[in-house]
Amino acid sequence: MAETVIEAKSLVKKYGDLEAVAGIDLEVHAGEIFGFLGPNGAGKSTTISMLCTLLTPTSGVARVAGIDVVHDPAAVRQRIGLVFQDPSLDDQLTGRENLEFHAFVYSVPAQDRRRRIDEMLDLLQLSDRAASQVKTYSGGMKRRLEIARGMLHQPQILFLDEPTLGLDPQTRTSIWTHLNELRSAKGVTIFMTTHYMDEAEYCDRIAIIDRGKIVALGTPEELKGMVGGDVVTITSSKPDAAEREIKELLGVTPARDNGSLRMEVPDGKAFVPRLVRELQAPVDTVSLRRPSLDDVFLKLTGRVIRDEEVSARDRNRAMASRWMGRRR
Amino acid sequence: MSVETASPTLAPAQAAPVDTRMASLRAIYIIWYRDILRYWRDRWRLVASLAQPLLFLLVFGSGLSSSLGGAFGRGTGISYIQFMYPGIIGMSILFTAIFGAMSIVWDREFGFLKEVLVAPIDRWAVAIGKALGGTTQAMIQGLILLVLAPFVGVKLSLLTVLAIVPLAAVLAFGLASFGVMLASMMKSLQGFQVVMNFLMMPMFFLSGALFPLQGLPDWMTWLTRIDPASYGIDPLRRVVLSDSGLSKSAIDGFALTIAGQVLPIPLEVGVMLAFGLVLLGIAVVMFQRRD
Repeated sequence: MAETVIEAKSLVKKYGDLEAVAGIDLEVHAGEIFGFLGPNGAGKSTTISMLCTLLTPTSGVARVAGIDVVHDPAAVRQRIGLVFQDPSLDDQLTGRENLEFHAFVYSVPAQDRRRRIDEMLDLLQLSDRAASQVKTYSGGMKRRLEIARGMLHQPQILFLDEPTLGLDPQTRTSIWTHLNELRSAKGVTIFMTTHYMDEAEYCDRIAIIDRGKIVALGTPEELKGMVGGDVVTITSSKPDAAEREIKELLGVTPARDNGSLRMEVPDGKAFVPRLVRELQAPVDTVSLRRPSLDDVFLKLTGRVIRDEEVSARDRNRAMASRWMGRRR
Repeated sequence: MSVETASPTLAPAQAAPVDTRMASLRAIYIIWYRDILRYWRDRWRLVASLAQPLLFLLVFGSGLSSSLGGAFGRGTGISYIQFMYPGIIGMSILFTAIFGAMSIVWDREFGFLKEVLVAPIDRWAVAIGKALGGTTQAMIQGLILLVLAPFVGVKLSLLTVLAIVPLAAVLAFGLASFGVMLASMMKSLQGFQVVMNFLMMPMFFLSGALFPLQGLPDWMTWLTRIDPASYGIDPLRRVVLSDSGLSKSAIDGFALTIAGQVLPIPLEVGVMLAFGLVLLGIAVVMFQRRD
């Protein structure tokens, strides 16, 4: 078993009566990509903020790179890289200037600055645009620059809070390719939050968090194994009748989701012909698939993860940039 | 789980413990440098911020000068536009310093402040770096206006210019510190208009930039003496006008007085410096509270 680089024990964060994080235990090992998965407001960002020393836990212990986050936050920060959910670049400066700023405030030795900046620009494929102002970058380039910046002081652990939020699917895939490359080139441990279930599949291990608690933890395969076998979904013009018949004739209790009926069965290939044969109610469509992490989440919490809405902060920012016009 | 990748590059990050005092000095430098870089890059802002003082001098100054005529100087030969010119330099410094330092609020709004605040540096370095950034921008802005001296009938010698530089610096520092302190208490851009209307404008009007601070109604005399900008603009005026062939009594006739006594310039400088240091201290304390 590899060395443990992140360790949390009964970590709690309360805001008044509200328990945003309600006692979290986890261990992350050196070199793995660990995904923190859950819907909006589940406590992902609060947890990552405590691990990054941006928030003080109400109770519990967390050690990052072997250092207690409450006891010596500065030492923790020197050893971790951060990519925030909200943009945090200076878009008036060039890409290289943003990295230089970071190298200074993170005390990268003067003789290493240029070499490391060049190396990171190269790894994240930003070398040819390094001299352009960040305001001319695309969303994906900005994200890559933030990742390059987070890696500049050679952290042991890179924390990313929703790194692919708001990016198109192609860009999201390329960010993942880069993260995997970084891991192999630099041996860095990656801890990230996401609410995109499909992305969690790239992780070595995942913790699913809901209402401030970890409800499942394991490799994507292990978690999918928690859903019994295959997932069969049908739509019917008479869903009530279909639901009753499935219960009575096939002995399976389907779950209703927006007019479709969804059931987990051990052997989907054998189940579907039986279903079509025995049901009196009309069956309009049938689909059969292997379980996904969405199914795992649904099974554990009884709910579906939805896309995040535009946050209040984003709206403020849009308003501010309209209002201030040229100043920025 | 793949953990085969633990490469030797991990070692250096742990090996070198960082001297936090040196780290904070470096941080002050780079925070200051970033502000200067942004200032030079934004040519439009430079032009716009020179346009306002020009407008004041050309329109407001010329207009008032001709309508007052000789009445302004009480026979001492000083024209209103000569009187106003150092005040406009002060105005330019006042607005640039406060706005420059308050760019922290923009940094907060647009996310960059987070990058600074999570860095393993002391928070006081951020406050000081920003104050120095605002100070430098305001000084440059104020000193550029010195090229207008010949057009308003003000003579400057090299020695005078050399004396103006530190005075401009002190005024700029006091007000930039004020700006940093305001920014440390503001969480969003919403408070900005309030600061502009209820703090900066009164501060400017009461500073003696536009009219002499002698012979005013009592309530106003009080307010002008409380306004810290008065203590920065007065020495600036006395030094800027010192080469223009005006008598000492003519210049003293407009100077800042307390109980009828003209304040010595070193005392005024001391007041301004103390103001700046106290406010910067408050800003540092505000920044150190974790948010």
